[in-house]
Amino acid sequence: MEKNTLAQKFKVIRGTKTGTQQRIIIGALFILSAIFVHFVLASPLAPDVNTTFGTNINDRAIQIPDWVFNSKASLEIVAGICLGLGLYEIIRGFKKATSIVIAIVGVLLVLGFLFWGAAGSSISFTGMLALMVVRSVPITIGALSGLITERAGIVNIAIEGMMVASALTSAIAGSLFGIWWGVVAAIFTGAALAMVHAWLSIKYKVDQIISGTMINIFATGITSYTYIKFLQSSTLNEPGFFKPFQIPLLYKIPVIGPIFFDHNLYVYIMYLLVIVLTIALYKTKWGLRHRAVGEHPKAADTLGINVFRTRYFACLLGGMVAGFAGSYFSLGSVGRFEQTMTAGRGFIALAAMIFGNWTPVGSIGAGMLFGFSESLTTKLSLLHFPIPAELLLMLPYIITIVVLAGVVGRSRGPAASGTPYEKESL
Amino acid sequence: MNKETTGQEKRNFLSIFYEELSKSSITIIILSIVSGFIMGGILVIVTSPEVYKAFAVSFGEGLATSWKMVANTYSSLFLGAFGDPAKISAAIKSGDNAKILSAFGPFFESLVVTTPYLFTGVAVALGFRAGVFNIGAEGQLQVGSIAAAWAGWTFTGLSPWIHIPLALLCGALAGGLWGFIPGWLKVKTGAHEVITTIMMNYIGYYLIYYLVAVPFKDPNEVVPKTPWILESAHLPRFFPEPIRFHLGFFIAIGIAFLIWFLLFKTTWGYEIRSVGINMNASKYAGMNITVITVVGMALSGAIAGLGGASEIMGVYWRQSQALSTGYGFDSIALALLAQNHPLGVILTALLFGFLRSGSKVMQLRAGIPIYIINILQAFIILFLAAPAIIRTIYRLKKPSIKDLPISSTTSLSEKK
Repeated sequence: MEKNTLAQKFKVIRGTKTGTQQRIIIGALFILSAIFVHFVLASPLAPDVNTTFGTNINDRAIQIPDWVFNSKASLEIVAGICLGLGLYEIIRGFKKATSIVIAIVGVLLVLGFLFWGAAGSSISFTGMLALMVVRSVPITIGALSGLITERAGIVNIAIEGMMVASALTSAIAGSLFGIWWGVVAAIFTGAALAMVHAWLSIKYKVDQIISGTMINIFATGITSYTYIKFLQSSTLNEPGFFKPFQIPLLYKIPVIGPIFFDHNLYVYIMYLLVIVLTIALYKTKWGLRHRAVGEHPKAADTLGINVFRTRYFACLLGGMVAGFAGSYFSLGSVGRFEQTMTAGRGFIALAAMIFGNWTPVGSIGAGMLFGFSESLTTKLSLLHFPIPAELLLMLPYIITIVVLAGVVGRSRGPAASGTPYEKESL
Repeated sequence: MNKETTGQEKRNFLSIFYEELSKSSITIIILSIVSGFIMGGILVIVTSPEVYKAFAVSFGEGLATSWKMVANTYSSLFLGAFGDPAKISAAIKSGDNAKILSAFGPFFESLVVTTPYLFTGVAVALGFRAGVFNIGAEGQLQVGSIAAAWAGWTFTGLSPWIHIPLALLCGALAGGLWGFIPGWLKVKTGAHEVITTIMMNYIGYYLIYYLVAVPFKDPNEVVPKTPWILESAHLPRFFPEPIRFHLGFFIAIGIAFLIWFLLFKTTWGYEIRSVGINMNASKYAGMNITVITVVGMALSGAIAGLGGASEIMGVYWRQSQALSTGYGFDSIALALLAQNHPLGVILTALLFGFLRSGSKVMQLRAGIPIYIINILQAFIILFLAAPAIIRTIYRLKKPSIKDLPISSTTSLSEKK
């Protein structure tokens, strides 16, 4: 007991120290971005150049004229806001709102790049944001899966593996029995792998990171094995994909409609999951118990909550959600399975979960950010952009690291996550 | 079961032997490997259409076909890894040197494949010992190889005595940087190394993709490739073409011994291990956690980078874009199997190297995709991480002391 409290004190002292340091680093980064935008992007531009943002991508929504901005003036405004935010962060600090402010600065920087890159020409703004929403789907749903298990105290780094395995099974089942069975198969696969993870980490108290790594290696192996042996140029890999449909009325709103309400099933289920999970976690008895197990399992146990059952159930649920996210890759986008199609999205999802402070709404926000960096990569390589496409591809991963480094110290995960619970014998 | 509890004197030699065997962690390791292979065999049977056809004929036929499939798979794996024993004995009888060498070709090729495993295995093991889970050996190996390649063609007119160490150093520095960044971020900001190292893998991958495509591209090639490295940067090979067995293997063995000496015979190594086992206790004992974690991670990265350098300088002599090796990920299983002991890594790296080298022949001869190796590895990790499963299956007894010390710093965020 004595040692424990000492340890806590130590952590507190160390925490505040790095807190100050971190504040200064983050503030300095903001100011650096302001300087960068002003000198590198804004200065060389002539004052009368305009950037056009295209606002219409289809004729379903109500048409409005494109937005035209003066490139140089817009860039100076971006620089000004970044400078102001940076100074405030260094002097006062945004405290809890820091992750939101980081996100704002990120968005501003990206806007700056757009103003600059498309100076004198036009870029499809709505199209880019619509792509952002699509690309954020696996990341957001993956992050939701991660937060479900982690809120109950189980760290799951195997989301990547669960997604790739479910992408495979959904492609096979979808080809054999029809697309809806593909979704069922994916959910079932995710749940099965999650139960292995749960069984290892709850019953055998295996280190959860190692158990997750095991599942990742297994999933990569089994999917590549099956793909090479059975799926190459075979009818087993033609599941088809979900077509987009419009949400009545909402899809007609200019700009907003095409961005958010003109997609396929996965996007709408993502919205739904975020809402349902937020209510379930914060407004129901089940959610309170779920979170209690993740924060302080012993206290929860004392109050009669079955810690093991709660954790098993959390894993099951998390696995089902991860499996659903996996089926997005084959059924929600291209309509077939490829070996490397998840490309680390499961890990980016974990970063999104942390960035979103282990909340559903935060997760979708972070998911959108990562989705945006992906869509930016795609769209910018189409523009005559002076940065090579190969370097742009690094962007999502660099953003993940910056986000993790900038945010983790400030956001706090469930206290008991990652520690096996040992019921004391009487 | 009851007899053992009733009296000690009734036990004979065999039962004592059995009990000792049950408690040994070596038994668990060997049984894990064996069980991994059994699971692999089951997978081969389940995924072979021939077996289903045979079972449709009769049960006996089905069993026979299953056995034939598995035997064929593993025997071609063995042939691919070690070479054909018949050929080898014929070659030795003939006394012709060239024939003997070509018969031993697969064996030496397996040693070539083992070499990067040695580096990455020691790297990951060292990371585990220092309490960091380095999944980034893959990326560190790759940036190490591009850096060594760059040093290999940039510095002209050097003697091999200077050029080889210089290129190796460049590889180690690049890999070290790739390890240093996650280590530093972990200490300074609490970003968990599992995620940051994976991100560094992707960043490294695209960086190489870019470097090979644009600034480092050999203008004479259509497909993006770097120029050939100079003769003076080639690691010496021991046999004439086509055997590629090179000095890198012995450098790797040397590194393994060096790290073993560092970890177990120096104060510094003691501190690394202590931090890895219990960070808080080490903190109170006055050790500098920050420095040890960062240096441990950077050193781990440097060793993996050295592995990449040895691949370029000993085997390929140039770098192309398609460089998805998988060595870094395999080395996690490898290090766990070796219980994070640098000398144990030598044995497990040989195992994995021979498996990997043999799997190519297996894919050709038996039609079993090489990815079965990943599945074997996953099962081996599973059984090692949860020895209780192995104990239940094989009815072994519980050891009096605690299980294999496999753990990492689990939570994805530092609690402050």
